[in-house]
Amino acid sequence: MGKIYTKNNNKVNLVQAKPETIEFLLNYSKSLNVATIKGVQYESNMN
Amino acid sequence: MKVQIDDSILIQKYISGDERALETLIERHNRRISSFIYSKVNDRGITEDIFQEAFIKVIRTLKRGTYNEEGKFLPWIMRIAHNLIIDHFRKNNRMPMYQGGDAYNMLSLMGDDKLDIESQIIKDQIDSDLRLLVEELPEDQREVLIMRIYKDMSFKEISENTGVSINTALGRMRYALINLRKIVSENNIALTN
Repeated sequence: MGKIYTKNNNKVNLVQAKPETIEFLLNYSKSLNVATIKGVQYESNMN
Repeated sequence: MKVQIDDSILIQKYISGDERALETLIERHNRRISSFIYSKVNDRGITEDIFQEAFIKVIRTLKRGTYNEEGKFLPWIMRIAHNLIIDHFRKNNRMPMYQGGDAYNMLSLMGDDKLDIESQIIKDQIDSDLRLLVEELPEDQREVLIMRIYKDMSFKEISENTGVSINTALGRMRYALINLRKIVSENNIALTN
């Protein structure tokens, strides 16, 4: 009996964020600092 | 056996300063969130942008300590992504992005008004055919037509130069055109570009 070869054509399920994007997010997270001074929150980014 | 740590525990760890918890969260939900965004925007670049923006919102909310543990992480980030998708489409409606295609071609805006070589050859051919047809007109009509069309003279100037009234010049021009059309149609001449 012949084999049935199927190909996953559903591109939607194959999409995922690139490693560079993940890397950027992780670096952004590490550099982001939120400080609360007198009840007011300040964000600073330390690159 | 690999035990999967619950999202809420990862969030707590992240809030406590464990950056690796964020990496786990991103990698765990990467495909699902990206697929969701892609299914709406159908563009990998935009998907990437929205994905990034969604996680930036997540990071800021968690770092600010304003995250509400009531709901679960995935529905929360999905809602953020969904809102960003709506923003994306709203922005694009205000400022539509044109892409090259049959309906709209950027090159058409950049081109000059000059005819291409083929069109120029056809135009020259039509001009020369028309010149021959003009020669077939009666002398008085031919004179007025040449002055008006080829020398770009006004009917006032034509009347001064030919010694006839403006109305006569207008009439001769009219008959010149009628006769030209007649010659063209009787001889089945094609004068189109």
